[in-house]
Amino acid sequence: MIPVCHLADLPAGESVRLDTTPPIAVFNADGELYAIDDTCTHQDASLADGWLEGCLVECPLHAASFDLRTGAPTCLPARRPVRTHPVTVEDGMVYVHRTAEEDTAA
Amino acid sequence: MKSVTVIGASLAGLYAARALRAQGYDGRLTIVGAEPHRPYDRPPLSKEFLTAPATAEGDADPAAEGPLALTDTEELAGLDAEWLLGTRATALDTRHRAVRLDTGRTLTTDGVVLATGAAPRRLPGPAPDGSHTLRTLDDARALRADLARGGPTRVVVIGGGFIGAEVAASCAALGHQVAVVEAAPLPLVPQLGESMAELCARLHGDHGVALLTGTGVRGLRAGADGRVTAVELADGRLLSADVVVTGIGVRPATDWLEGSGLPLGDGVRCDAGCVTPIPAIVAAGDVAHVAGARAEHWTSATEQAATAVHNLLAGRTARTHRALPYFWSDQYGVRIQFAGHRRSGDVPRIIEGSPDDRSFLARYERDGRTTALLALNRPRPFARLRRELARATQPAPTG
Ligand SMILES: Cc1cc2nc3c(=O)[nH]c(=O)nc-3n(C[C@H](O)[C@H](O)[C@H](O)COP(=O)(O)OP(=O)(O)OC[C@H]3O[C@@H](n4cnc5c(N)ncnc54)[C@H](O)[C@@H]3O)c2cc1C
Ligand code: FES
Repeated sequence: MIPVCHLADLPAGESVRLDTTPPIAVFNADGELYAIDDTCTHQDASLADGWLEGCLVECPLHAASFDLRTGAPTCLPARRPVRTHPVTVEDGMVYVHRTAEEDTAA
Repeated sequence: MKSVTVIGASLAGLYAARALRAQGYDGRLTIVGAEPHRPYDRPPLSKEFLTAPATAEGDADPAAEGPLALTDTEELAGLDAEWLLGTRATALDTRHRAVRLDTGRTLTTDGVVLATGAAPRRLPGPAPDGSHTLRTLDDARALRADLARGGPTRVVVIGGGFIGAEVAASCAALGHQVAVVEAAPLPLVPQLGESMAELCARLHGDHGVALLTGTGVRGLRAGADGRVTAVELADGRLLSADVVVTGIGVRPATDWLEGSGLPLGDGVRCDAGCVTPIPAIVAAGDVAHVAGARAEHWTSATEQAATAVHNLLAGRTARTHRALPYFWSDQYGVRIQFAGHRRSGDVPRIIEGSPDDRSFLARYERDGRTTALLALNRPRPFARLRRELARATQPAPTG
């Protein structure tokens, strides 16, 4: 479980990037919180810097779009999904529960 | 239309093939590509591909899988195209709609998409071992191998444009000793204007890379073993070099179209819909000169392909390509992004951040209106303003 920030510091429309390995991006999409792997599956861009519209985030480099709920790309040039991670809020703190993967570094 | 032939199996060619199928074309589709590889992404070739640590690459083709691959087996099956890779088109007979190939075969076809891109300009004179240009995967592999020959290497990059700067940055990151030679007093002035070009040029010095400006190159010197030893500058100076990379721009790949009757001149001349004077022949990407301008940007190649195909299937210019030009470049850990139509005389104003931090957003203005945007390491605000600029300058699309 990785602490992210106070919920108050992640208002609707905002995102934050966690310096984990690999990095994770946490979004507040109109009040719903989502976490996905931060690096676009096309090339090297941070999705936390992307354009948030509803449940979709658009990559800042070549405009691939990912569904925050599933991690699936909704358009090219990305063809592979990003991993999604559960997010919880406890006592006003946002936490990401990293989806298990072969690497364990936090 | 029962058969379409795409010439050039790279970014614009693949996007054209995708657009054809997505727009409902179900006829015969043939894609001719001079390189032996499936379509792959070129931008990483001067960036991550050069700096990535050696892996057990073996015989795997990076164009077929991994970060460079633009497509995969599953998509290829869906596209249902005949791929003639390692095959070059040598002539186009517009009257009989026939494409001659270097294999001796001739393809007759109803529609043609020209997507042959561009090829690097070369210095006159012989190119000794250790001298490189960088356009293809094979070029990048050769450069990578040369840089890994052992120990720090003296690298001279000829040309301070985006690709030259990226190669210089990658070589510096690998620990090599790098110098960039630029003929103009300052690189990137045509693209960014003087003051912003000056800010970008500082990146070289920040990272210990020497930038020599205002001097051309007379030629390359080679040793008895045929390997490059030095770059001789126009002013007579000699720069010692173990590896030389020439990045002095590209020429649109239209040689094979000489004699076709198509209007050529800095690319294949097309209208604003990427259509040549023959409606069944369209062009997209680096080879296309669209409504008076030729782009050499990744995003333009993808957008033009969709427009070109739309009009090819419509049989007329039903839609025009009006997207805001956009490109990016990664050098020395700095992401440079640019969007818009900058003309000389437009005045850049930094509206956020600071040049000293190598992180800022600038707006180019003319008569009080924004014409273009430039960002160094400011992707979020850049994305917002780019959208605003696109909305402000683009009439709602029609057709
Ligand atoms: C090293 C490098 C870095 C880059 N970095 C960036 C960047 O950071 N940002 C950006 O916006 N753009 C960048 N670009 C530019 C971008 O890659 C190009 O704009 C894009 O590749 C254009 O696509 P295209 O399909 O039009 O042409 P190309 O990619 O050049 O493909 C044309 C294909 O046609 C083939 N061909 C040529 N002639 C024939 C023939 N007669 N018959 C059959 N096949 C033929 C060629 O072999 C080639 O495979 C970079 C380019 C390079 C080389
Ligand atoms: S890096 Fe995200 S779309 Fe290209």
